Amino acid sequence: MPRFCRFALLALLLAAPVVRAQENPYIVAYSHNLEEPGNLEIEYFSTYGTQRGGNDFHAFWAEFEYGATAWWTTEAYLTGQTTFNDSTVFTGFRWENRIRPLQHEHFINPVLYFEYENKSGADKIFKEVEGHDVESDFSVSNALARKEHVHEVEFKLILSSNYKGWNFTQNTIASKNLTNVPWEFGYALGVSRPLAMKASAQRCTFCREHFAAGFEMYGGLGDRYTFGLRDTSHYLAPGVAWNLPSGWTLRLSPSFGLNDNSHRFLMRWGVSREIPGFGQMVSRLFGGRS
Amino acid sequence: MNHRAVFLFVAIALNVSPLSFAQKQNVPAPDKGPSVYAELDKAPEKARAKRNPLEKDPDAVAAGRNLFEEHCAECHGDTAEGGKKGPSLRAGAVQNATPGTIFWVLTNGVVRRGMPVWSKLPEPQRWQLVRYLKSLGVAPATSPASASQLSGAAAPSSSPRRLPGL
Repeated sequence: MPRFCRFALLALLLAAPVVRAQENPYIVAYSHNLEEPGNLEIEYFSTYGTQRGGNDFHAFWAEFEYGATAWWTTEAYLTGQTTFNDSTVFTGFRWENRIRPLQHEHFINPVLYFEYENKSGADKIFKEVEGHDVESDFSVSNALARKEHVHEVEFKLILSSNYKGWNFTQNTIASKNLTNVPWEFGYALGVSRPLAMKASAQRCTFCREHFAAGFEMYGGLGDRYTFGLRDTSHYLAPGVAWNLPSGWTLRLSPSFGLNDNSHRFLMRWGVSREIPGFGQMVSRLFGGRS
Repeated sequence: MNHRAVFLFVAIALNVSPLSFAQKQNVPAPDKGPSVYAELDKAPEKARAKRNPLEKDPDAVAAGRNLFEEHCAECHGDTAEGGKKGPSLRAGAVQNATPGTIFWVLTNGVVRRGMPVWSKLPEPQRWQLVRYLKSLGVAPATSPASASQLSGAAAPSSSPRRLPGL
């Protein structure tokens, strides 16, 4: 990245007005809460993974999440990974969109998700698990894996509910590699809640209401011809998010494989910063109405 | 397709379409007439009648102020008298609405017109926000207009204008 771009990005992150995010601790699952309109959230995530029969790896990605409207959030990802004793590679990009079809809050709130992925076979970010993804798929060397180019579309039905401070969410995943590969399926479940329901009267960084904790469970459900749990991997991941008053959010989530096809252990962490009014800033730059 | 071309397409799509969409959706019409507050009328009777469980909580107003500064001031202005994206919350229409009505609008948002759903804040925090908003009272400068806004909000609006936020 050119030095000017790095400087501009850093300046944007540091100089942006403060707006405290209210993020849940999910890294894989989505709830029905979308980005506030006009806000840009810049996120960085890491996944450290253990690998039996191969080298451990560190996958990472940057997310640029923008609230186009109160019912539409659009997001771009850039992904990469380092496999220890092997190499570091850029593995591709993704573009996802989430749309909230219903105007009001309901007991169960659906969100429609669609994504285009342009990635190499070396992608290891574990943003979702689908089909017959198993641990041994990830033991291939980067040189070989990156020769495979994957163009994939992915659809999710997100059903999420906020009840008495708890969030319950269920994501059903269907993805299709645009080459001749059958539809693959997966799921992600999540439950979380803030550690305190009421906000404090004093400003504080370590107050309990700034923390949210929860669990995610995710895994594959086979493909169109072999739907089910056979030869699939599954994970359980407790997680915690810390929404700092300064506008930064930190997330930490260890994941534990639930069967022999799963990685034994994945450690994920992420940092994000919300930039309010980004849309207006950019439109002003191009002479738009503020 | 060449990677560079796809990336360019994504960048353009991300940076132009949603931005222009947001521009259209979120920037309020200069005339914030009575029907800006028409959403308040849509609150169901049961929701209107809800009482604020934190009505007697001595810390609720201060906590609500913190929440307002963190989540609402960006659109509604630091003093809640209206900002670039959201209308004044110190207008009579809002200040004379029942706590349950304000809570209902916070919970459901006005999604089609730019105000997000705030159900991600736990219920007690939304009630703290309601306490803070109600503590502000009608802004003196907007009082005369607010009276007409209130009557406008009470009457069914035949041509509702955009409500970018509340």
